[in-house]
Amino acid sequence: MKQEIGLLVVFLLVFLYDTFMPQRAGKALPVVSTVLLLLATAAGFCSHCLGTATSTEAFAGMYATSPVVCAIKSILNIGAVIVLLQSISWSGSDHMAVRRGEFYELLLVTLFGMYLMISARHFLLFVIGLECASLPLAAMVAFDKRHYESHEAAVKYILTAVFSSAVFMMGISFVYGLAGSLYFGNIYAALSAGTHSLMLTLAVAFVIAGMGFKLSLVPFHLWTADVYQGAPTSVTSYLSVISKGAAAFSFLVILAQVFGSLYSDVWEWMLYALIILTITVGNLFAIRQTNMKRFLAFSSISQAGYIMLGIEAFNTMGLTAMMYYILVYIFSNLAAFGVIGAIERASGKVDMTDYRGLSKTNPRLAFSMMLAMFSLAGIPPFAGFFSKFFIFTGAINQGSVAIYVLVLIALINTIISLYYYLLVVKAMYISADEPVVGTFRSSISERLGLWITVGGVMLLGIASCVYTWIFDLGEISPLAAYFV
Amino acid sequence: MEIKAIMLLVPALIMFCCGVYGFITRRNMIAILISLELMLNAVDINFAVFNRYLWPDAMEGMFFTLFAIAIAAAETALAIAIIINLYRSAKNIDVRDLNKLKY
Repeated sequence: MKQEIGLLVVFLLVFLYDTFMPQRAGKALPVVSTVLLLLATAAGFCSHCLGTATSTEAFAGMYATSPVVCAIKSILNIGAVIVLLQSISWSGSDHMAVRRGEFYELLLVTLFGMYLMISARHFLLFVIGLECASLPLAAMVAFDKRHYESHEAAVKYILTAVFSSAVFMMGISFVYGLAGSLYFGNIYAALSAGTHSLMLTLAVAFVIAGMGFKLSLVPFHLWTADVYQGAPTSVTSYLSVISKGAAAFSFLVILAQVFGSLYSDVWEWMLYALIILTITVGNLFAIRQTNMKRFLAFSSISQAGYIMLGIEAFNTMGLTAMMYYILVYIFSNLAAFGVIGAIERASGKVDMTDYRGLSKTNPRLAFSMMLAMFSLAGIPPFAGFFSKFFIFTGAINQGSVAIYVLVLIALINTIISLYYYLLVVKAMYISADEPVVGTFRSSISERLGLWITVGGVMLLGIASCVYTWIFDLGEISPLAAYFV
Repeated sequence: MEIKAIMLLVPALIMFCCGVYGFITRRNMIAILISLELMLNAVDINFAVFNRYLWPDAMEGMFFTLFAIAIAAAETALAIAIIINLYRSAKNIDVRDLNKLKY
């Protein structure tokens, strides 16, 4: 509960600052909100260190939190702070002057909605959290009012978001008809007692489809590339990292706590097919992209497939590996988006062909981008390798032959993904053409954001204390008990 | 005549399917929004019927319906705002013309 209250306090302070401070003080608003959110994140970590992050309930059991849930929220918080840090110079520009505050307020509200999604133990609170997380995001996608692309992306996002939540709620209504309650615990008890009807399979399929839209799993991914390309770069990085991470965690909570008893009967095979499709299609479409934001959109689709491996494993190792994977993914993807944002702001270029010879004009940016690509592809000394290693280990621990085949397919896809990640590196380092982007100096906030993310990419894999910390949190069995 | 639950559930399901069909085939964005609204209202009917006929001792379904109506209103308001914004910059709300971002 403390983290939600902390976030609400940050939101109110930003709101009051935006409303009552004079116009010229608005320039400082991005820095103020970043620092405030950083303080809230630090407070969350302090409660871990002091051991005060305990299991509590609120609203008659509709809301529950536990040490694992607090750690998940802290991970999301770190990502949000980095996104805010990278957005400072974008939102500091003059055309943002009147709307600057709204961007930060909307972003904090969506983060609050994601907290509710992860902590909800009742479908009503979950749906409110889901809408609270996805509706303000649509407004954020439409933020760049001067550009037509932003509007087109926003229309595509809001229509698919509403469609997916309608499908999701239809699924819940079937579950309610079968179980007679909307509390996760009561539904779990009712479903494990009764027999499985066709209606239940349909309900699970609807719920998975609804969440699949949020996570952009194939075949529910068609909005992803367009929205990522049209949205302002800061919003794209937020969508691809924080929004996806929160959706993955809440998906795990629903599947474990509501449909946990149906694992091998109903949803193991649905998820199995979705993972294969997601990883493969995401990879194959990423190869033919030329726009960097579109390219990262397809890369993030296939990464979502790897994240789902942690759910498919459905054991302790899977959960902890998934948390670690998302932490690493936050750092590597935000490093890539940091470079893209800096180059877009300085020169307005987002095509892969514009990155030719970047190592000659901007060696540090090219180096950061290269490390991010190496980490996303999973090349050994970097964090991405360890996160993939742990998630494969978790899946293999599940033990069935089908999972071995799945992991093999995922491994082959890792090699395919190496090809297109290295295309970027090739353009930056090996291409003999004249550099397109001239030398420029990025702003201090962008450099700070890149230092943090690149440092994370290099250290998170080697510093085993991070993984040990996450793994120790998960040392409770069975899986359904983590979130209580 | 006694009204059975099935007599309400089947129209709700048909409504939902009409909504999905409309979402896929309509060209005008406002018509797409109306289709979405059909889908959301089918969900509301489902909840109310399940609550009234199968689990009448608690009001969870009814409350979910109330909240879902409010959420649907918020969604529609936001979608209309975004569509108006698009209309201002493109002078058109035909989805076939949303083709600047594509493969």
